[in-house]
Amino acid sequence: MQIKPILAAMRHHKAGTVLIALQIALTLAIVCNALFIIHQRMARMARPSGVEETNLFVIRSDWADKSDPQRIDVQMQADLIALRQLGSVQDAAPANSFPLHGTGWDNFIKLQPDQVKMTTDSAIYFSDDHTLATLGTHLIAGRNFTASEIGAQQPRDAMHSAQVIISKDLAQRLYPDGSALGKTIYVSMGNKPSTVIGVTDTLQAHMVGSWAGPYAYNAVLVPARLLNDYTYYLVRARPSQLAAALRDAPKALYAQSRMRIIDRKDGVMTFAQVRQHAYERDVGMAILMGIISVVLLAITAAGIVGLTSFWVGQRRKQIGVRRALGATRGDILNYFLTENLLIGIGGVLVGAVLAIGINLWMVTQFEMARLSLGYVVVGVIALLLLGQGAVLAPALRASHVSPVEATRSV
Amino acid sequence: MFSYYLELALRSLRRSPGLTALMVLAIGFGVAASMTTWSVFRAVSGDPIPWKSSQLFVPQIDMWGPKGRGPNNSDNEPPDALDYTDAMALMRAHRGKLQSAMYQISPSVVPADASKHPINVSGHAVYSEFFPMLDVPFLYGNGWSADDDTQRAAVAVISGKLNDKLFGGANSVGRTVSIEGKDYRVVGVLGNWNPQPRFYDVVNTGGFSTGVEDVFIPFERAIAMSISNDGNTNCSETPAESGFVGLQRSSCIWLAYMVQLDDAAAVSAYRSWLDGYAKDQQKAGRFGWAPNNRLRDVPAFLDHEQVVPSDTKVSLLVALGLLIVCLVNTAGLLLAKFLRRSSEIGVRRALGAPRLAIYAQFLTEAGMIGLAGGVLGLLLTGVGVASVSWVLPKDIASLARLDFSLLALTLLVAVIATTLAGLYPTFRASRVQPAWQLKSN
Repeated sequence: MQIKPILAAMRHHKAGTVLIALQIALTLAIVCNALFIIHQRMARMARPSGVEETNLFVIRSDWADKSDPQRIDVQMQADLIALRQLGSVQDAAPANSFPLHGTGWDNFIKLQPDQVKMTTDSAIYFSDDHTLATLGTHLIAGRNFTASEIGAQQPRDAMHSAQVIISKDLAQRLYPDGSALGKTIYVSMGNKPSTVIGVTDTLQAHMVGSWAGPYAYNAVLVPARLLNDYTYYLVRARPSQLAAALRDAPKALYAQSRMRIIDRKDGVMTFAQVRQHAYERDVGMAILMGIISVVLLAITAAGIVGLTSFWVGQRRKQIGVRRALGATRGDILNYFLTENLLIGIGGVLVGAVLAIGINLWMVTQFEMARLSLGYVVVGVIALLLLGQGAVLAPALRASHVSPVEATRSV
Repeated sequence: MFSYYLELALRSLRRSPGLTALMVLAIGFGVAASMTTWSVFRAVSGDPIPWKSSQLFVPQIDMWGPKGRGPNNSDNEPPDALDYTDAMALMRAHRGKLQSAMYQISPSVVPADASKHPINVSGHAVYSEFFPMLDVPFLYGNGWSADDDTQRAAVAVISGKLNDKLFGGANSVGRTVSIEGKDYRVVGVLGNWNPQPRFYDVVNTGGFSTGVEDVFIPFERAIAMSISNDGNTNCSETPAESGFVGLQRSSCIWLAYMVQLDDAAAVSAYRSWLDGYAKDQQKAGRFGWAPNNRLRDVPAFLDHEQVVPSDTKVSLLVALGLLIVCLVNTAGLLLAKFLRRSSEIGVRRALGAPRLAIYAQFLTEAGMIGLAGGVLGLLLTGVGVASVSWVLPKDIASLARLDFSLLALTLLVAVIATTLAGLYPTFRASRVQPAWQLKSN
């Protein structure tokens, strides 16, 4: 294929060539970044919670009478017994927060009592001896709490517990040599030590914000019921009895005491709903970026079809002359495909630079990671293929121009 | 002449329906995507109290010092909320025209009808000056008095929604409502008031909220009744004493504060008072560091707290990128379309039409495509705004509204942008050499 005549022809319609190339460049730049955003969000959503999510649900019970912590403690214990006795319920545990919940306690963790700077940050989960079984999270070292170790904690009292269980990632962060079990850590701002009696498998923190990225899998389980104005109950239904448990559990709680509020709308949430709520912004952003990418690609493809069709119409006579002089249909088809490829290559070169430039700017403006070059490569290939696909129909039409056209005047 | 150009444009557009449809579709989608994301951005970045936001200020005091900074705080920013000691000192000094410390509460309200479950409501404990300071509209009654503040009176202002629920929407001023097991006299019922973002207490609400504030009670009453705070509590060290009283004596931050300062002189006076206060605290040994205060007005504070989610900004930018691509696309197609009619232009020019006439004719055609694209864009923007709750969290999506200004803007953007895209093709068309065109035929 001869490139020179194509270049010569392009010089005759510079503006159109530049506009198509520019459109390809902008499309590549935007689609690369949009796809990158989609990928980032999906990667976030695919993170494991470390919780056996099926058959797990959460009830929030607000105390209508908040005055007396002792009464709240008694009520919580009675509630838990009532929940665990239900036929549809396998296990239940009290909680102040749970993975993916979004709000809760997070404390700075220190290795020395007089340390000024924190070692790391971690979610604090108030737990009892049923918490791990209810969540479906396994210990990889050490032991669970015993019933006698479970205390009660008022929200504004200094927190202290002699034993804690920590998540695998936190153990790794604190003691990279893997020796966290049996060690002493400081989980509250006070100077009282806690001994690590167990290490769980992966367990996600309640924090889902992007600020918490480095701490997303740090969790400390503290053996206490938190006597706050409200409490959560984690409830694991027996296999295939989720619907029954969702119905029975609030009833059982109201039967225990009516002086509580279980919100009709979101007082009871399955863990699937918790997950959906935690990531709804990410889903939305991914959908929006997806829609925009599809529209962009469609418009660019349609633009190429439109402009090439026009060029084919404009050059019917020349095509006829070439055919009359012995060019085959394949030659004509090749001509238009090559022309488009050349324009496309020009476009994607500019577009690749633009894509990286836009990403670098977004990194400085928003919380965004660096675009990996793989995206640009995939985007470049996709747009070149899109261009070839779009130009195919007009090019085929051009190849069917009969040599007779050469003899006709316009 | 204009109607003649309109007719010419219509005829030309009808001659190549596919190309026309393509351009209209491109403009429609581009404009609709931009306008939909703009409606969201406009909603979240809007000024919640535009007539007064430059007179309302949020004081920040550095009660933690350098060791209380988080790992990401590089510019020595003081905490964004107040502890009880400093908030009360500011209230006592009373240096602004109007001011209020406040904190978020979530008390239970027990309906008079014993068969009904108690309900949880959200609200704020505030000072009497809160209501006039923020121009809070009342349906019935009013806020309480400064005397009620000091006497810790059991009075409450409730929302219209809660009034509907408890009193069937009747004027309930003077009636009692049971909050946390105690009777409060209703002194005012709010009209429709739900500012977004919640500018008076950003630190506890995070900016946007789907809920409505149902109850306001006097601050000192709430403290006396130990109605604890429902929002965030941040501590740099463990409170020495336990309970809600311990929280009040600690340096933990949990209070929002707003002050009205009417002019620049008042602002600088307040600023220097704050610095003097911090210096006094330093002398007294409470602060071991130099004064480090901030006094931002509402827009600056919202900006500082990054209330506008970065997702909405990114969406808007990407949608604008889509619009630009659509315009480039339209420019290319218009160029092809106009130059195809070179011979027609040649004839018109040869017959004496000036370049200006060619400009008028072709820009009219571009404008018509813009108008058609704008109408399609209107429909698609309607669909977009209606379905935005699908892709955005409810607290933000519910703020996006379709109103006249958005519709007008949609049409305007479509027509202007398409006309701009048509400028270069028109320029090229006007440069067509009549002699050459006539000769080649």
